[in-house]
Amino acid sequence: MIHSLFLVNASGDIFLEKHWKSVVSRSVCDYFFEALERATEPENVPPVIPTPHHYLINVLRHRIYFVAVIQSEVPPLFVIEFLHRVVDTFQDYFGVCTEAAIKDNVVVVYELLEEMLDNGFPLATESNILKELIKPPTILRTVVNTITGSTNVGEQLPTGQLSVVPWRRTGVKYTNNEAYFDVIEEIDAIIDKSGSTITAEIQGVIDACVKLTGMPDLTLSFMNPRLLDDVSFHPCVRFKRWEAERILSFIPPDGNFRLLSYHVSSQNLVAIPVYVKHNISFREGSSQGRFELTLGPKQTMGKAVESVLVSSQLPRGVLNANLNPSQGTYTFDPVTKLLSWDVGKINPQKLPSLKGSMSLQAGASKPDENPTINIQFKIQQLAISGLKVNRLDMYGEKYKPFKGIKYMTKAGKFQVRT
Amino acid sequence: MRAPPALSASAPRNGSRDSVSGALRRSASSSSTAAAAAEMSASSAFIDEKGGSASEPEYGHDPASGGIFSTDYKRHDDLKEMLDSNKDSLKLEAMKRIVAMIARGKNASDLFPAVVKNVACKNIEVKKLVYVYLVRYAEEQQDLALLSISTFQRGLKDPNQLIRASALRVLSSIRVTIIVPIMMLAIKEAASDMSPYVRKTAAHAIPKLHSLDPEQKDQLIEVIEKLLADKTTLVAGSVVMAFEEVCPDRIDLIHKNYRKLCNLLIDVEEWGQVVIINMLTRYARTQFLNPNVNESLLEENSEKAFYASDDEEEEDKKAEPATLAKRKPYVMDPDHRLLLRNTKPLLQSRNAAVVMAVAQLYFHLAPKAEVGIIAKALVRLMRSHSEVQYVVLQNVATMTIKRRGMFEPYLKSFYIRSTDPTQIKILKLEVLTNLANETNISTILREFQTYIKSMDKDFVAASIQAIGRCATNIGEVRDTCLNGLVQLLSNRDELVVAESVVVIKKLLQMQPEQHSDIIKHMAKLIDNIQVPMARASILWLIGEYCEHVPKIAPDVLRNMAKTFTNEEDIVKLQIINLAAKLYLTNSKQTKLLTQYVLNLAKYDQNYDIRDRARFIRQLIVPTDKSGALSKYAKKLFLALKPAPVLQSTFKDRDHFQLGSLSHLLNAKAAGYQELPDWPESAPDPSVRNVEVIRLLERVTTLTSIPDWSKCTSRKDRKEKKTEKPFYSDSEGESGPTESADSESDSGSGSESASASDESGSGSESEESREETESEDEEEDEEKEKKRKKRLDKTKAKKPAEESAESEQSSGTEDRKRGRKAVKNQKSASESESESESSESEDESEEESEEESESDTDIRKKKMPISKQPPKQSKKESKKERQEMSLLDLDDFEPAPASAPVTPVNFLSSSLVSDLEGLSLTNNILAPTAIAPSGSIKMYELLHRITVHQQHQLRDQKPAHRGAQAAVWDEDPRVHRDRRVSSR
Repeated sequence: MIHSLFLVNASGDIFLEKHWKSVVSRSVCDYFFEALERATEPENVPPVIPTPHHYLINVLRHRIYFVAVIQSEVPPLFVIEFLHRVVDTFQDYFGVCTEAAIKDNVVVVYELLEEMLDNGFPLATESNILKELIKPPTILRTVVNTITGSTNVGEQLPTGQLSVVPWRRTGVKYTNNEAYFDVIEEIDAIIDKSGSTITAEIQGVIDACVKLTGMPDLTLSFMNPRLLDDVSFHPCVRFKRWEAERILSFIPPDGNFRLLSYHVSSQNLVAIPVYVKHNISFREGSSQGRFELTLGPKQTMGKAVESVLVSSQLPRGVLNANLNPSQGTYTFDPVTKLLSWDVGKINPQKLPSLKGSMSLQAGASKPDENPTINIQFKIQQLAISGLKVNRLDMYGEKYKPFKGIKYMTKAGKFQVRT
Repeated sequence: MRAPPALSASAPRNGSRDSVSGALRRSASSSSTAAAAAEMSASSAFIDEKGGSASEPEYGHDPASGGIFSTDYKRHDDLKEMLDSNKDSLKLEAMKRIVAMIARGKNASDLFPAVVKNVACKNIEVKKLVYVYLVRYAEEQQDLALLSISTFQRGLKDPNQLIRASALRVLSSIRVTIIVPIMMLAIKEAASDMSPYVRKTAAHAIPKLHSLDPEQKDQLIEVIEKLLADKTTLVAGSVVMAFEEVCPDRIDLIHKNYRKLCNLLIDVEEWGQVVIINMLTRYARTQFLNPNVNESLLEENSEKAFYASDDEEEEDKKAEPATLAKRKPYVMDPDHRLLLRNTKPLLQSRNAAVVMAVAQLYFHLAPKAEVGIIAKALVRLMRSHSEVQYVVLQNVATMTIKRRGMFEPYLKSFYIRSTDPTQIKILKLEVLTNLANETNISTILREFQTYIKSMDKDFVAASIQAIGRCATNIGEVRDTCLNGLVQLLSNRDELVVAESVVVIKKLLQMQPEQHSDIIKHMAKLIDNIQVPMARASILWLIGEYCEHVPKIAPDVLRNMAKTFTNEEDIVKLQIINLAAKLYLTNSKQTKLLTQYVLNLAKYDQNYDIRDRARFIRQLIVPTDKSGALSKYAKKLFLALKPAPVLQSTFKDRDHFQLGSLSHLLNAKAAGYQELPDWPESAPDPSVRNVEVIRLLERVTTLTSIPDWSKCTSRKDRKEKKTEKPFYSDSEGESGPTESADSESDSGSGSESASASDESGSGSESEESREETESEDEEEDEEKEKKRKKRLDKTKAKKPAEESAESEQSSGTEDRKRGRKAVKNQKSASESESESESSESEDESEEESEEESESDTDIRKKKMPISKQPPKQSKKESKKERQEMSLLDLDDFEPAPASAPVTPVNFLSSSLVSDLEGLSLTNNILAPTAIAPSGSIKMYELLHRITVHQQHQLRDQKPAHRGAQAAVWDEDPRVHRDRRVSSR
């Protein structure tokens, strides 16, 4: 399975290596660097690179390449999924997953990697088990450790691996018992020139933050579970119960976790909460272009559209843009030709607009490609698919937990073609 | 465990080091090394010069010994001092720095001796870091690494399962060939450990040992076989992983575990699921029939039959006989169905690798009508990280070629965003092209139109090619596409134009007559286009269809002759071609030009071009010597050429197992296991049966044979046996898919006869194999007994042979004599149980409730038996067995749940100790009544006994309906579900 792992930073230096079987020379990464050079964009490095004796499988997260070396047939997704799980774990432990954070915590990183794989085969990847084995570094603990000389490694033996619910650590205790669920939906859409929807789908997740004492057994039911016909679950969810009753029944892991994610496909009707009026044109023979953009709310169920951010990759021929926003601020990077406009909240009474002119390279012909407009926004207290949690019940423990549900709709890959 | 001789190699050094180092260090070094030293210095016979001298310099630079040290060694002096200190905090600090060095790829191997002696440090973190170091450098410092072994050996005996497991884990990770025997022993021991976690670690250790010393393969396969029989979810994934690495071709080991693996699958951890599903895909390909085998035949037949194939299997069966009377209708093996059913929920996994594994399983194994369900899950994965997308799209692309309909509803999910990375865009384009058909082509082309305006030029080029492919595949839109492409010829971007030219050339080949104006248009372009491939394409077109453009062609040749020397090779070749073709059709105008071009080519630097020129000159220019061929030159050059077929690069990729690395690379990766073709006729399905007959037989072996390491596995197998009715329970859920009556009839009827024979012979061969490898006499003896018993059984079945055979076999030992009588009785009960089980199966398919009751009956029956004290003197054994068989019969009556009589403390302890004397093996199974004797051996035994009982508890559970829900590793979800539903 996974032979070795190299972490490569944006400038192409290997700053960490770990081997689970015999040592593979880091020169194997030369093949990766070659591919890196060939790729025009950082994300265009092929995820799987064959070399004479090994195969390199890499993922790019937080501008760090995680390059796994494998020697024989293994499902590539197996390795890719695992590498992403490693990144998630680092993020969970250090808050961020940057080169600096990894270098600062190199010992913890090493201990984690040691526990996560045995001979290249995943051993403990559940964050609850890992946290039992290796305590995440906090500022307080670092101070305490330096004074008392105690360690980050859990003193008691990690029984989680033996437990019937491997995702939950044992002996959890809280004074305030609380369970929060965030229903977050992202709209992926492509809107064409005329404003009609080409494709739109909703990608939803329910993220949970559960801090409950003991071994609580939760059930979560929905008002309209029929919406969820394409779901994937955290392993704690009892699948049979879902199949039979459409109720989520589970013993939650401790802390933050993703309970389920769902997908409302393009076959369903998806409400599009914003519309864009645009007029981006270049005149033949002139070195000027017109740029007009107006945003407006639509189908928002009375909720405000917030944190709106518009960005667009303008054609290469554009030298500069001279625009005038009715609200918010805009920036134009003349090197990358990226225009971004931080709109903020959309006021339905006074629609935000961005108007002005673009100057083109003198003598250059009119660019024949049209920029696409990417939009980001947030709508609080609304799940655009209409999903609603009915109730949350707890069994197995006596206390009364504090429960909270939050809804949010965001733009995912929301694109308007012009 | 005895220390094998290999270990003593380290002894003298260990001793000597201790003597060299000061008192302070001695106290710091763990008691274990001291103990090891003491123990090992006794075996002084094993002092090898080499080892001793090799270790010398390392002590030389020890500050305590004050030797000569080089500057290089000096570098880590502070670390060494810290490691030698008394304080854990200093040691920890040193270890952290060392690990940081390792992480950066710096060489820290010279610290090995200083680090390794901390292996038994009390501080857990220090210990862990030492392990990290040890595993990293042991291979380079083999001799010194041996110092640490005894610590791990001690750890292997620790009462705490986690310590046992971690000791085994580190021990097996040390790649030092000399400790192979120790590892082997440890793995064997751990494979029958009471803790599933330790067994899991043992499974992990198997591939490690195999890679270290492939010669251990045979022994390791034995361990794998044993662990495969393990029925905990914890072990399943790891052992299948070991199986895949060590002996992926030993499909016979899977038979008996197949159903269990299918049923455990949902509760195995996600990484294990991937491995198991991939393995089962291969297994199913060898064992079951192609569910789509009738497809092609049916399509030719009447429409009615055609539709039947799309429906469920049983309808297939019913509808067909009319049309396909002579053909045997396809009936899906229930085990095949079981696999499909049990993997389906995993499409809901959060792990992309699991979803992909299930998808490929369905693609390779499911009937055509059922494959569709994977599309939704795969489309969902597309929202994941771009690397995941990349792999999924590769697989979707392959799938869309074979089964287009599956993804058609999700067409829009493959639409391309400008923010996608180029490699993703191109894959999506591939999928869209594969999905194009008459009904959706207009929307797809509209999409393509927007793609052509993209800023990503590589992507634009790919889009143009995609349009070309759509045009060749779908006749209706060919003209539209062609017109669109011609418009692109006026695009400002040269790459776009060039790509269009190449694609247009291919399209024109399909119907050149209608498009002479396009050819003319393109001829004009040659002045502007610089991309060689495009120039070559235009030249070829003009040459090929010079009769359509008789005026332009010579002019183009004239122009090209001017620039010939500056052209790229590929263009030069086409100029020669054009010249030759024009010479043949219009020699009046072009004769001189052609000769000029050929002369230029004659002196070209590239010898391909020189060759071509020479060849063509011979062929077309009539000379005296010219051969017969030149007469046919025109036919040769201007023959009608078949239009190129624009094919997907993903065509035929599905001969690689989907989701595999080989599929992704479209090349066989090392260690790739070919996906076998479906067998013509199904191998005997009864090999997977784990039937009740063997249960009884096993019970007897269990009672008479006390070797526990054997017994655990046997017990497991026995438990499997009961699983048959158990599984049919779950089969009941999907009732409609299988035709209840016809199938179970054929299943139970034919199988029970053949199966019993099969199983007998099968296990016999298994046994004989084992026997050749086994070293212990005891084992041999035990096996002989077993075999005899089996013989007995067959005797009971075939009374004619019985007497003769029994004489033979019973001649060796008198023990059996009593048994024979019992056997006869038992065979009665056997047959009864058999019929019962098959009956229960029938019922189960209609009503799962009833089924589970019969299920519990069988379990009950088994329970009390296995509790029987196993060690018996010969006479007693007879008596006991009679009792037992009576018991069996009793249990077959539908007794109340509380009924089972369990003779737990059947033997008094004194009797047991008597029997101990009679025992044939060292390992004695004592009933719980025996007081522990205090020896380690006894201690271990007790462990095992508790395991045994726990196993039994587990067996009982279904009977008690979840009352003991959370016991052990049974899936908590299932039980909770039960509990909740009963609430």
